Amino acid sequence: MSVDARIRTTVGSFEIDVHLTCAPGETVALLGPNGAGKSSVLRTIAGLHGLDQGRIEIAGNVVDDSAAGIHLPAERRRVGFVFQDYVLFPHMTVRQNIGFGPRSTGLDASGVDHWIDALGIADLADRRPSELSGGQAQRVALARALATDPQLLLMDEPLAALDAATRIEVRGRLRHHLAEFRQGTVIVTHDPLDALVLADRVVVVENGRITQDGPTAQVAAEPRTEYLAALLGVTLFRGSAASGTIACVDGGTLIASDTHAAGDVVALVRPQAISLHRERPEGSARNTWHTTVTGIDAHGDQVRVHLAGPPALVAAVTPAAVAELRLAPGEKVWASLKATDVSVHPA
Amino acid sequence: MRTPAPRLLIALAMVAFAFLALPLIGLLLSAPWGQMTELLSTPAARDALRLSLVTSLMATAITIVLGVPLAWVLARREFRGRALVRGLVLIPLVLPPVVGGVTLLAAFGRRGLVGQYLYDWFGIQLPFSTAGVVMAEAFVALPFLVITVEGALRVMDIRFEDAARTLGASPTRVLLRVTAPLIAPSLVAGAVLAWARALGEFGATITFAGNFPGVTQTLPLAVYSALEVSREEAIALSVVLLGISFAVLVSLRGRLLGGRG
Amino acid sequence: MRGAIIAIAAAAALLLSACSAGEERDVITVSAAASLTDAFTEIGDAYMAAHPDTEVRFNFAGSRTLAEQINAGAPVDAFAAASPATMQVAVESGSVGTPGVFARNSMSIAVPDGNPAGISSLEDLARPEVTVIVCNPAVPCGAGAARVFENSDADVTPASLEPDVRAVLTKIVADEADAGLVYRTDVTAAGASVEGIAIPDDVNVTNDYLIAVAPDAPASAVDFVDFVGSPEGQQVLASWGFLTP
Repeated sequence: MSVDARIRTTVGSFEIDVHLTCAPGETVALLGPNGAGKSSVLRTIAGLHGLDQGRIEIAGNVVDDSAAGIHLPAERRRVGFVFQDYVLFPHMTVRQNIGFGPRSTGLDASGVDHWIDALGIADLADRRPSELSGGQAQRVALARALATDPQLLLMDEPLAALDAATRIEVRGRLRHHLAEFRQGTVIVTHDPLDALVLADRVVVVENGRITQDGPTAQVAAEPRTEYLAALLGVTLFRGSAASGTIACVDGGTLIASDTHAAGDVVALVRPQAISLHRERPEGSARNTWHTTVTGIDAHGDQVRVHLAGPPALVAAVTPAAVAELRLAPGEKVWASLKATDVSVHPA
Repeated sequence: MRTPAPRLLIALAMVAFAFLALPLIGLLLSAPWGQMTELLSTPAARDALRLSLVTSLMATAITIVLGVPLAWVLARREFRGRALVRGLVLIPLVLPPVVGGVTLLAAFGRRGLVGQYLYDWFGIQLPFSTAGVVMAEAFVALPFLVITVEGALRVMDIRFEDAARTLGASPTRVLLRVTAPLIAPSLVAGAVLAWARALGEFGATITFAGNFPGVTQTLPLAVYSALEVSREEAIALSVVLLGISFAVLVSLRGRLLGGRG
Repeated sequence: MRGAIIAIAAAAALLLSACSAGEERDVITVSAAASLTDAFTEIGDAYMAAHPDTEVRFNFAGSRTLAEQINAGAPVDAFAAASPATMQVAVESGSVGTPGVFARNSMSIAVPDGNPAGISSLEDLARPEVTVIVCNPAVPCGAGAARVFENSDADVTPASLEPDVRAVLTKIVADEADAGLVYRTDVTAAGASVEGIAIPDDVNVTNDYLIAVAPDAPASAVDFVDFVGSPEGQQVLASWGFLTP
């Protein structure tokens, strides 16, 4: 294991309680809303923040153990850290920045040249951080962290400081670089795209606790919490299922095609799967409601129509459809959803 | 496009400048320019100049060596009574310098808290010695350095130190290679302020260290003594003091205020 | 607004009453050498007891500083200096009238209570381990000390030249120095906190103390100066260690 961390710590008045692992060669995304405690988890693993209770092992070495009173200071942990907005030393050149780690630990400088070449920043070597673009600074920060030959790489919102266009390009290249790194990487992000593109495994952190942990594709397809579902653009309902009928906890019923599900479940509905009609629709859809529009907002080239429940649905339609159906808040409308479009998962 | 200024503001600014400039102009006008070389080459004058430069530089060095660690502790460590410690550090700023000299005697005089042991066991007498002058000057100058450096440390992004630590730097290396260069401008400004204060120090020096040419009679003390005898000599020495200070402060070109002049 | 007017009226009334109170009493300002502090304060009290309609205010400092203040226009009615030279500074510029000698002072060695360095003579002051302090040669007591050393051929290097005799005394009292040269009167004034070691008459210097009145001073100033020279005044001076003129 690159890292096995059981952490219980407090940040201000906020309590964090997580168990995080990451294997060598694996990239784990710590995904969660701002203020969920993700960055604090990273800082605690790096030794920059204190542990109230727990145990942290990095590449088999115990660096923190509250029961045994062990706490290895940050400078002895061999953890590479890439900070949000990079924190490059302004009074040093790029090459000096990258070489800072090896110089501090007496390591030979071969890693410096290797990573300068690998990240394609050789032509920037003599520049100062103030002369670099966002994408260039990100690569220098990565090279600086990797030049110390760390046993674990931690990245705190590595793309947040970049503009949208640069982010796409840098994200792609970052995936490539991380693939070359043989140890484990933990990336903290609030952008689901980062998680989807970069991570092998996603750990969702909300309010200091882990709410979901699994392979990226699975987590993306089956979000278990409202936060994650909303992030991925899916509507989530909790309820109890019996023979394909789900009684939602907030009221209302959903009919799913999976008749085997029973007990507490989570039902996911994509907004695109809901059709809206002026008259009661004919057809095979097993879920039909006569409901009222409560709100309309635009999302790119799609329009989201919020419908009164229960269950409270969100439908995604084209602007033309909005005009054709004369949709407006307060208007009554028929909504239909096929049973096969309701995906059910045990809660 | 410059911000328009109320006319009263400009007028008051000019009054302020006049208030500060007129006494200095008066000094320069009443200076015995014809006799300057003669007045300044007396042994007493040369001694005073040499002594002032040597003691003020040594005092400044001491304020740096002692002041930076103190500023670091005040900025980076939380502990009970921190406000009290900071208050104590700032006291020499508000204490009349002569009172400062009296307190130094109480601590380091022959019968002082610490001084008595220095005298009885080692025969070391700090009053009436050049070391005493350096101590008096360091005492009044230290707060300037501590305030400036503490301010800079607080304002600095502490993640620079975090980054250095994650790269394997020991606390000493972090301090010398990362923190110090980042606060260097403020450190220099604080040191210059401290030096200027040390150079002009009078009350604490004369009370604690005494007044003897070549040993403890710095430029300010020489001016005071000269006043009793010859106004011309006093003015000549004052002009020298003024000249040195002005040259250094101008060379800083506004960096004291965190700008580029 | 009303409050402001009332406040201003009250202040004006106070000021006026203060002025009129002043008219009931004569106030005379006397600048005197620092070494006269104790003696003149006592003389002043005695004079005011005998002349309840007069208030005497004193200004004690180094003689030269006082002379320069008077020349610069300080409103002083009488000036008592510790040496003819410093009195001359004020006489020359016409700030004061003809001065007269009213006392003399001579020098003495002062040592801290207990005489820790074991001083018994001027020659002891020349010992290298003894810390000696004197006044700045520019002030009368410093000039006096320099002449004493000259007269006695003692090779004394002082550790400090203090701005005035009281500064010397303060450091002796605090046991910061082993010995200092001060006036006899200072030894008396310091009482138990210092011990005096006499200087032989053949090497000692005496300086004349002179007093003069400002040309435009009120009659009470002349009165005061006469009182200083009277038997009563002279007795007070003697009790503090001054010598007769």
